Amino acid sequence: MKQLMLGNKAFARGLYEAGCSLVSSYPGTPSTEVTEEAAKYDEIYCEWAPNEKVAMEVAFGASLAGKRSFCGMKHVGLNVAADPLYTASYTGVNGGMIICVADDAGMHSSQNEQDSRHHAIASKVPMLEPSDSAEALDFAKKAYEMSEEFDTPVIIKMCTRVAHSQSVVETSERVVPPAIPYEKNIGKYVMMPGNAIRRHPIVEERTRKLTEYAENCPFNRVEMGDTRIGIITHSTSYQYAKEVYGDSASILKLGMTNPLPVKMIKDFASKVDRLVVIEELDPIIENHCRQLGLEVEGKNVLPLLGEFSQNLIASKLGEAVPEYKSLDETLPNRPPVMCAGCPHRGMFYTLSKNKCTVLGDIGCYTLGAVPPLSAIEMTLCMGASIGAAHGFNKVLGKESEGKTVAVIGDSTFMHSGMTGLANVAYNQSNSTIIILDNSITGMTGHQQNPTTGYNIKGDPAGKIHLENLCRSMGFNRIAIVDPYDLAQCDRVLKEELAAEEPSVIISRRPCALLKYVKHNPPLKVDEDKCVGCKSCMRIGCPAISIKNKKAVIDNTLCVGCGVCQQMCRFDALQN
Amino acid sequence: MTKNIMIVGVGGQGSLLASKLLGHLLLQEGYDVKVSEVHGMSQRGGSVVTYVRFGEKVYSPIIDKGEADVIVSFEKLEAARYVEYLKKDGRIVVNTQEIDPMPVIIGAASYPEDLIGKMESLGITVDAMDCVSLANEAGSSKAVNIVLMGRLSRYFDIPEEKWIQAIKDCIPEKFLEMNLKAFALGRAEN
Repeated sequence: MKQLMLGNKAFARGLYEAGCSLVSSYPGTPSTEVTEEAAKYDEIYCEWAPNEKVAMEVAFGASLAGKRSFCGMKHVGLNVAADPLYTASYTGVNGGMIICVADDAGMHSSQNEQDSRHHAIASKVPMLEPSDSAEALDFAKKAYEMSEEFDTPVIIKMCTRVAHSQSVVETSERVVPPAIPYEKNIGKYVMMPGNAIRRHPIVEERTRKLTEYAENCPFNRVEMGDTRIGIITHSTSYQYAKEVYGDSASILKLGMTNPLPVKMIKDFASKVDRLVVIEELDPIIENHCRQLGLEVEGKNVLPLLGEFSQNLIASKLGEAVPEYKSLDETLPNRPPVMCAGCPHRGMFYTLSKNKCTVLGDIGCYTLGAVPPLSAIEMTLCMGASIGAAHGFNKVLGKESEGKTVAVIGDSTFMHSGMTGLANVAYNQSNSTIIILDNSITGMTGHQQNPTTGYNIKGDPAGKIHLENLCRSMGFNRIAIVDPYDLAQCDRVLKEELAAEEPSVIISRRPCALLKYVKHNPPLKVDEDKCVGCKSCMRIGCPAISIKNKKAVIDNTLCVGCGVCQQMCRFDALQN
Repeated sequence: MTKNIMIVGVGGQGSLLASKLLGHLLLQEGYDVKVSEVHGMSQRGGSVVTYVRFGEKVYSPIIDKGEADVIVSFEKLEAARYVEYLKKDGRIVVNTQEIDPMPVIIGAASYPEDLIGKMESLGITVDAMDCVSLANEAGSSKAVNIVLMGRLSRYFDIPEEKWIQAIKDCIPEKFLEMNLKAFALGRAEN
């Protein structure tokens, strides 16, 4: 039966149909739904791991045991998991192993727009790139066969427009392949120098065989049309190219982008008058063509940055684009904001009020950097806030210690903040670390994590207590505050900044969007008392606006958290 | 010929259900369909866009400037924001609700006036209606999305009963009556 299916869901369906036994991932937009959808199949064991490195090691262990396994992550997650990746390339696999990496050209929800193809090249692991949901399903299935045939993990690279677009797929039944027994093989699986040195030539030989395979594999195909222009492309760029040219160009579609074919590309190039590579981000296929001595166009006309689209390709390659009408007016932006009732708001207001230097981290709370709170001054990568605060304080000492804090969410802390905190405990900087514990992984859409007490299916699971963990690391000063209580936040923050030793503040209240969180009725404005001073606007709540010099509360948004009440000196905001 | 519908609004307004309904309906009608949405950070009260494309064979999952046959907007400012995506003879279906974006809330900008008049003065057909009132009349302010779908249904050559069947397929039983009423109100409103 034909169904409309999200790319990530189709990928999960492919895993299911191919008999995948284990999925371990860390959430990250745009990869998250592959794992969430896989978790809906009872036949597959699924889990959220604390980070991508652990997830990949878990998937590797399952593969070692002879079962088909999977781990999924976003592009920057693959940096975290690069260590096991580069050596799993040497050991190879037992049961098939697929790694999903989802790139985010255009940075819809990411801190950079790195091109993950570099990891495939550097680790010498084959990479497949589906261009729609049907291919996501099909490639996932074929990737397991390829993984087992060539004794290698296989990376399937998604991108935002494939991951988060729905297109038509046809499903089939699950077929579980016969189990592959685990056999002790120290030479293959113990990567100490004497063994690894014998595995490296095997990796190079595998790449040679995979290059041969790429010449005539089910992932790469030529669609000959008009030969005045020949386009080599991949992933979602293929769809844009087809949208522009239809059959009025010849297209070499590469579904396998590492290793790249040689003869196939040379042969295609010889049949067309003008050769153009259409690829988002870095010129990897283009550089390959140049190495083959081909005359090729690519980044000389197409951008190195951001996402492509049909009009962008058409205009850069000299084709017509549709006309459109424009308003002669600059419209106010609508940037993302912290939700009404967000527990992060009270803490960021307190930090802003105390003029703290706030070193931030990755999550919903990164929005603490936008006006009017404008509190966060640095965000780098998962877990970086704590290491950075330590380094900042080590070199500035007294100058910064009394006003610098690191802020990190509960899930990000579990991901890679713990090691930073161990460094603070060990090398003793007088740093104040604030764990924003909203009891969920928020930005990616509410995934459980090791601090929540629930697993991916919502069943009870192990629960790590943050305060016990910090205590066992040797912190003497651990304070817990309710971020809805501004006076308490202010008092505790001042105390911990003044203390002459490292401390942890746990700002604890569940995300206001969680289904189990009970909300209070919306607040009301007493118009007689409201003087229009706009004090309540300083917390940046989307539920409050000023109309006719009086505060107005949006009943559909307000959850009655009461933070704005604490801002009002005229008692105008009432329950 | 591929047809393009853009659904725009503010994160959290319920555009995902609208695109699910459209996708389901159009697939039932025998079209190739692609629906593209963006998840993650922009969903937190930011400007959100969903692209719905259908035809004999659809390639690109996104809609570009000058390509949309219809823009369905959950909010007035968002309709204006994406006006360049409309085809020269395209149509805008808009809920007249105003939701202040953060620059307006903090006083760094003001909510533009007479956006509908300005769009109409460009020669664009704007079908504006107070969907919140109609949704409340149907029984819940959350039914704005289905009111808009009711309105949209007037501009496609697909029988009303097919739309109603799609609603029945996509919406749980206990909310069905209210949503069918919302659809009828959106479709009928003058």
